[in-house]
Amino acid sequence: MKPFTRLESRLVPLPIDNVDTDQIIPARFLKTISKEGLGSQLFCDWRYDAEGRPKPDFILNQPRAKGAEILLVGDNFGCGSSREHAPWALTQFGFRAVIGTSFADIFRQNSLKNSLLPVTVPREVHADLFALAPDATVAIDLASQTLALPGGRTVEFPIDPFAKHCLLNGIDELGYIRQQEDAIAAFEARSGCVVNTLG
Amino acid sequence: MPSTIIDKVWSAHVVSEQPGAPALLYIDLHLVHEVTSPQAFDGLRNRGLAVRRPEHTFATADHSVPTTDRSLPIVDPIAARQVAQLETNCREFGIPCHSMASQLQGIVHVIGPELGLTQPGMTLVCGDSHTATHGAFGALAFGIGTSEVEQVLATQCLLQKKSKSYRVEVTGQLHPSVTAKDIILALIAKIGAGGGTGCIFEYCGPAIRALSMDERMTICNMSIEAGARAGMIAPDDTTYEYMYGRPFAPQGEEWDRALARWRRLPSDEGAAYDKEVSIDAAALEPMVTFGTSPGMGIPISGLVPDPAGVADPMERESIAKALRYMNLEPGKPLAGHAIDVVFIGSCTNGRISDLRAAASVLKGRHVAPGLRVLVVPGSHDAKRQAEAEGLDVIFLAAGAEWREPGCSMCLAMNGDQLEPGQYGVATSNRNFEGRQGKGGRTILASPLTAAASAITGVVTDPRRFA
Repeated sequence: MKPFTRLESRLVPLPIDNVDTDQIIPARFLKTISKEGLGSQLFCDWRYDAEGRPKPDFILNQPRAKGAEILLVGDNFGCGSSREHAPWALTQFGFRAVIGTSFADIFRQNSLKNSLLPVTVPREVHADLFALAPDATVAIDLASQTLALPGGRTVEFPIDPFAKHCLLNGIDELGYIRQQEDAIAAFEARSGCVVNTLG
Repeated sequence: MPSTIIDKVWSAHVVSEQPGAPALLYIDLHLVHEVTSPQAFDGLRNRGLAVRRPEHTFATADHSVPTTDRSLPIVDPIAARQVAQLETNCREFGIPCHSMASQLQGIVHVIGPELGLTQPGMTLVCGDSHTATHGAFGALAFGIGTSEVEQVLATQCLLQKKSKSYRVEVTGQLHPSVTAKDIILALIAKIGAGGGTGCIFEYCGPAIRALSMDERMTICNMSIEAGARAGMIAPDDTTYEYMYGRPFAPQGEEWDRALARWRRLPSDEGAAYDKEVSIDAAALEPMVTFGTSPGMGIPISGLVPDPAGVADPMERESIAKALRYMNLEPGKPLAGHAIDVVFIGSCTNGRISDLRAAASVLKGRHVAPGLRVLVVPGSHDAKRQAEAEGLDVIFLAAGAEWREPGCSMCLAMNGDQLEPGQYGVATSNRNFEGRQGKGGRTILASPLTAAASAITGVVTDPRRFA
């Protein structure tokens, strides 16, 4: 996994609550067997018209989105399906962080495994972020868990300490779990699971 | 200290707890399907890893499969490649796979319980958010992403932080024609699409105890639509009667030992919960959704809400946006609104009792002229049982389509879809924009409401046909 330490970027505002993963990446693109090629399909049905042309009024098609690496969203972002294709599509488009008031549990877990940082901020900070000028930048520093707004104001954001450690150091969870092989084998020896799908 | 069922299942599966890290949780059963697994198998190959416990893993193809004649090849080459990849991966890694040709094939959350794979007290995961369904048996069951699918394939474990406990008590008794689907739609409308985030629900109370296993699965299935990763119901005699004799359920002395274990699972008297909510089943009507989030639900006699009355600006805009998408007017009833399609099926309502409910309304009647009605059983088992009872004849005589098992129009990956602008009454779980086809407009409802609406061609209160 790519490490995440600091990020300074403009914001791409998407002021909608309950944005579900079917909007982030519609199900018809889930027939792929690869992780790649999803960035162009991000928010596909909001982004393109019936003929596949970019809709000029959608934020991702506007100049301010170009090169921006932080998506600013509403409540409960990433709700719905467990598809990891959602963070794959977001990161392949170029996003490295999403700032909102709350995130769906599975989306948050999937994002953390793909170096996409979900940043939860209080409502008043959230409103201030939406009020920023289009060219304003904010800075995220993961080590200090702070978000710096223009004008010198900084706010702290919460993150699970283990997820933070993994992100800062680019640690892959599977490698970490595999180091506990002895504990897993011991658990299997003492616990009795009766299901056997082979027989 | 008194414990909840959540505590009991959790603590029985903690492999280790290292300082500064989440608990390592053992997974008893891993269900796999074609959509969220190919990249996980690629990950195993890249790392040179095997599947640790193939006998704790079970695969089927459900999302991308056509629900038409199965003797024909899949027309969509991308879907065909995905299903073929699942078969190849399972062969290579030694996992039992019930794909297109198998008589055990079906929606992963329908076949697990039917086969007796789903058992009380187990931990169960799948790369699918509706894994919450299996919580109806008192299993801790939750959806995971593809990276986690790879982790479970390789290690049979996941790093997990324990969720908060949320007690959902359903008191009273349901009126006739009001169903489990209406209970869960009412709960989501009450607490919101994010109301259960960070929590595991435990559903309890007399109205839950009175439900069949199929109905309990409908409720647990949609826990995720309120943001909860899992929803559990303590096992009882209803659970054990359902499970007894199923192919993968314990047999003989094993059954007796398992039963003794399972009877210790229900939450202890006085166990503490982080959150609680109560719903009176007797106060419920059939529910329908008007918007593009499962939380946007109203009783069928209710009116589409006016966003102007919502204080929070972003919530107001979300409702206004939903009404624009749905092309519905605030202050008007949804009952009586014309529809184009009815979809009866899915992991929410594609079980035999759902098919029976729909057939009870459609028997001796005909669907409205010009209306398309798809009835898609959740599994071959449900299909065979329905055909043995003559339900297929009722559906076909009524002018509905009787199809092969799969996820079908719930998420429209397989070509079963709404056309842009069409209204569909669906027994599935999500009314998101485009969920059932780009531009399609979904109204979620129970199988009874869906069948009643199929007859009239408009959104219809099922009590009219009771």
